Amino acid sequence: MKHDSKFTNQKFKLVGTRVMRPDGVDKVTGRARYGADTFAPGQLVGAILRSPHAHAKIRSIDTSRAEKLKGVKAVITSADLPDLTDGDSDLYDILENCMAREKALYDGHAVAAVAASDAETARKALKLIKVNYKILPHVTDVDEALKPGAPIIQPRVLTKDKPHKPTNNAGVTTYGHGDVDAGFEKADVVIEKSYKTEQVHQGYIEPHACLASMGPDGQGELWVTTQGQFAYRNWCAALLGMEMSQLKVTSSEIGGGFGGKTHVWTEPLALALSRKANRPVKLVMSREDVFRGSGPASSTSIDVKLGATRDGRIVAAHAALRYSGGAFPGISGDIGAMVAWACYDIENVKSVGYEVVVNRPKVAAYRAPSAPMAGFAIESTVTLLAGELGIDPVEFRLKNAAREGTRASYGPTYGPIGIVPSLEAVKNHPHMRARLGKNQGRGMACGFWFNFGGQTCADLAIGEDGTVALSVGTVDVGGARASLSLIAAEELGIPYEQVRCNIADTASLGHNDMTDGSRGTFSSGMSTIFAARDAIEQLRERAAKTWDIDVENVSWKNGKAIAKGTRKSLTLAELAAASSNTGGPISGHNQVVADGAGVSFASHICDVEVDPETGATKVIRYTVVQDAGKAVHPDYVEGQFQGGAAQGIGWALNEEYVYGEDGRIQNPGFLDYRIPVCSDLPFIDTVILEVPNPNHPYGIRGVGETSIVPPLAAVANAVSNATGVRMTHVPMSPPRILAAINASLPG
Amino acid sequence: MPKVELFGGLRDAVDGAKSVSVEGKTIRELLQNLAREYPPMQERIDQGIAVAVDGVIYRDDRDQPIPKGAEVVLLTRIAGG
Amino acid sequence: MKGIAVSTTVNGDAVEFVCHGRETLLDVLRNHLGLIGAKEGCGTGDCGACSITLDGQLVCSCLVLGAEVEGREIETVEGMADGDKLHPLQKRFLEKAALQCGICTPGFLIAAKALLERNSNPSESEIRYALAGNLCRCTGYDKIVRAVSAAAGDMRRQQKAEAKRKSSR
Repeated sequence: MKHDSKFTNQKFKLVGTRVMRPDGVDKVTGRARYGADTFAPGQLVGAILRSPHAHAKIRSIDTSRAEKLKGVKAVITSADLPDLTDGDSDLYDILENCMAREKALYDGHAVAAVAASDAETARKALKLIKVNYKILPHVTDVDEALKPGAPIIQPRVLTKDKPHKPTNNAGVTTYGHGDVDAGFEKADVVIEKSYKTEQVHQGYIEPHACLASMGPDGQGELWVTTQGQFAYRNWCAALLGMEMSQLKVTSSEIGGGFGGKTHVWTEPLALALSRKANRPVKLVMSREDVFRGSGPASSTSIDVKLGATRDGRIVAAHAALRYSGGAFPGISGDIGAMVAWACYDIENVKSVGYEVVVNRPKVAAYRAPSAPMAGFAIESTVTLLAGELGIDPVEFRLKNAAREGTRASYGPTYGPIGIVPSLEAVKNHPHMRARLGKNQGRGMACGFWFNFGGQTCADLAIGEDGTVALSVGTVDVGGARASLSLIAAEELGIPYEQVRCNIADTASLGHNDMTDGSRGTFSSGMSTIFAARDAIEQLRERAAKTWDIDVENVSWKNGKAIAKGTRKSLTLAELAAASSNTGGPISGHNQVVADGAGVSFASHICDVEVDPETGATKVIRYTVVQDAGKAVHPDYVEGQFQGGAAQGIGWALNEEYVYGEDGRIQNPGFLDYRIPVCSDLPFIDTVILEVPNPNHPYGIRGVGETSIVPPLAAVANAVSNATGVRMTHVPMSPPRILAAINASLPG
Repeated sequence: MPKVELFGGLRDAVDGAKSVSVEGKTIRELLQNLAREYPPMQERIDQGIAVAVDGVIYRDDRDQPIPKGAEVVLLTRIAGG
Repeated sequence: MKGIAVSTTVNGDAVEFVCHGRETLLDVLRNHLGLIGAKEGCGTGDCGACSITLDGQLVCSCLVLGAEVEGREIETVEGMADGDKLHPLQKRFLEKAALQCGICTPGFLIAAKALLERNSNPSESEIRYALAGNLCRCTGYDKIVRAVSAAAGDMRRQQKAEAKRKSSR
């Protein structure tokens, strides 16, 4: 039965209330089980040998001495992972990224792995593996990689123009409409500026961890911390030559992902080790391995040109955005170009995205992939131009903001969107009128991100006592089980406490796309609504049977079937208790491609205080305004806003991968890769707007990602306001700010 | 015949054109007809394509009907984090 | 490899285990004693996810050797609740939604408990600096600070009520 996903503007009893999450007690008592929190009898410890070179040919690998070490049960190299990708280049890149084949492509690239009886033996075994490298010249900078003569990293990436030569430029994509040249002619003021952002990591506190168990019958089980148990199953099965149904993947609780757990790195290796050793293998990444061998975000180099007339209308906008994809081509540049001008209504607009291959880890999504960097460049320039025109930065944005009916810079025409409401909310927020002290400044910025739907299904099983087990397939990254239980309870008309939501493994539910793209609550919420309505259909039929009337004469309200026109009713519990006599167990099911999710806008306000003697900068006040469509559980919506803002602040002020001349990461640890700590931040105020999404029955929009987009520019604009100095290089660490302040001083 | 606009790297598959005319009552039909007229499009479709119909972006649902006169835009199919 | 036999107290219970010289207390808690509440986020004492108290002092268990805890007293998150009665910090963390993924939560609870034991009425700034050794990537710390502040209030009220009961006897 196809359900209608259009917004119906119903009144809610439960949705929108702040209930206790079902997994909460386990998490405050230490009972919750994350990736490394499981143990199997006879398990071995897995460990990975990683390349210490940024770019090197692997001439040979001698594992013989490691194999002979007492306690070592399996050693693998790429020879143990035959190429079964059959022409699928994306899958081949995953295979090669998981373990180097002919070349090590970045510092940290896995080249071999062992499984041993304990960690000590595994460490010793790694030291006994002899890898014969031929070191090659490397390039890690996104602009250096595009220069003629730069070392070529992926010889199969060829120039589009003839003669087709190998290049590090893996793709150019263009978005926009109108005529930017003509537009700039009309402008009274034009600003051109270039920006650079350094590579950052999602920084989840839980390293990648899994327990792989392969049996001699070719069946396998994988317990793993992941954002997508089905995606991991599909990739691992493909890489190991298994059928999907032979591999059961169970997602543990996840200790943070933010896009960094949407790819496989060690999991196929753990399975391959387990298969070779015929024992379970537990493989946990060290923090150093996480920095060197998982998927950070791109580093970028961006040129912006923006022109407006004196009345404050933007007449032309151009951006060239160069994104490093790491050692394998992706679509980071494409996405950056797509989102760059998305907040604005511009007649002549163009963005060109470049995908650049460098000797760095293969990038993965970080919340709203590619958007924060573009946001930094664009929003800094917008505020600069407002300043040149003498117009208030919020007013300038309101004058040019996209609205319903605006042609987006990336092509389609917008439906109802939340950017103007978010800007109005910022304009009227008391934060904007708070007094600023010495060395303090204020900045604001807006941001855009898509929301996605995707393949989703849910099972809503009603127990014989009328309580509900809701099984969904989207991993719960931060409280979604509470929201989904609220939705089920709302639909069925029963108390929240009578619904228990659990995350199914790959053998227990149909395919579900990952929890990414801000889709978890949006799509599993939609599927839960329809699964509940499916269950209600069945409950009405059971009641009709019991009363021997037509099902059309049975309605469902407040958890009861009611025979229309009478006082006769049957509660869900009563119907469940009698289910064995009326047709068996009652279970609602839904599968849906939850497509047509809306887009999401946010505007942030940031106050900073800059120490002019050291460049040290502290955020002293921060406000997030974002559209959630409908906040199912407001605490967790606020949490997403605050968490994304904090990550953006870290990105803006301190976080970066520092590469040495040798192309190696110098700071693969939390001491020197400095994420915000509790004393770095103020309370983060949040304003949840609710502009309903017309394509969801409750109007829900995704919220998880957009809040990481505005902070980089909000902080930069605040620093500019505080110091008079415009920062164009992120992170704006103290040495950089100090250098900029000193450079701006007279004499 | 509905006008379909293309963005990103998709224009290369239609000889650089910014838009093409192609029939399709649903997204599936539209893409099938497009691939028939411009064979290089098939590879792009297999790699991942999203279709925006009247401003709403569809990444997977090929059954989505395309009303007469609808604005149709083809984009790279992207994912989030 | 010769193991080292250790006798110690964990959450009030007498415990014995055998470990080798290089194993950290974190390794011992997780791999030998089944106490998985303490987490390894970095292994180098930078993230605080492995926080426990050792003779009442807040430490990173990844920086303590298993062999070092002979005859000492260890408290982990598993010992915070009194049977099925949650500690005020645990209650407030839940009520204030001070956790999203929850991986850092055991460490924060132990660190916050250590703070409140020496300072029963900490200011926002004191809370923030006391917890600066615990990294959280999900929450931005806002709701954590609010939860600790609220729990501090609960505990002060509890202590006042208990003192009143004792004095009225």
